[in-house]
Amino acid sequence: MAQHLCGKLLDGRDLPDETRHWILMALREGLANAIKHGNRLNLGKRVHVELNVTGETLEMKIRDEGEGFEPETVGDPLAPENRLKTSGRGIFYMKTFMDDVRFRRVDGGGMEITLTKKLGAADKEEGRKP
Amino acid sequence: MKTNVREVQGVSILDLKGKITIGAGDIQLRETINRLSEEGKKHILINMRDVTTIDSSGIGELVGCYTSVTNKGGKLKLLHLPPKINDVLTVTQLITVFDVYESESEAVASFA
Repeated sequence: MAQHLCGKLLDGRDLPDETRHWILMALREGLANAIKHGNRLNLGKRVHVELNVTGETLEMKIRDEGEGFEPETVGDPLAPENRLKTSGRGIFYMKTFMDDVRFRRVDGGGMEITLTKKLGAADKEEGRKP
Repeated sequence: MKTNVREVQGVSILDLKGKITIGAGDIQLRETINRLSEEGKKHILINMRDVTTIDSSGIGELVGCYTSVTNKGGKLKLLHLPPKINDVLTVTQLITVFDVYESESEAVASFA
């Protein structure tokens, strides 16, 4: 649903397919992160998504209802000792595909991730391959 | 995700179709590779041509399958990587871990 809505929000903008693809992948990673690491797969907890386009900037906020997690403790997936680990790449992909990624602990519990992407001329010219 | 396994000159070729994402294909991939390993298959080629979407969970399963097969003395290689999946593997430097082929016959021959 969130992906569908984000796609609708981007419809009508002259975005390269590549840019659109990476934005939607970053959104999926944020949602998966919230469900898996935030809510710890607890089906009784929800994930809140807010999508905004202001001028040429897309902002996606994803908030879980979990205990919170420490994004800084996730190892660098490019480090040789982590290269063959089966997890730990979601945040890296979000940071690679978006212009800015911020984490904020929410009062009352949960973590909010804000993903920002400029939808401006530079993207249109280069397609922003990772 | 749909999977189909065929045997070509002693190589198990796993044709994947659809998504390898959290809750939609990631576990299925692991189970299929585990089954092949249990059957004693040591040469496994994953055909990614019809994979439409992958995420970090799917990438994690691919890595886990690679490690599992390698640790059992086998080889796991990739065939027909779509450009965007190639990009996803490249940014995490996993492209250097996997042997990737564009030709099925060359890939099959490489196991000999």
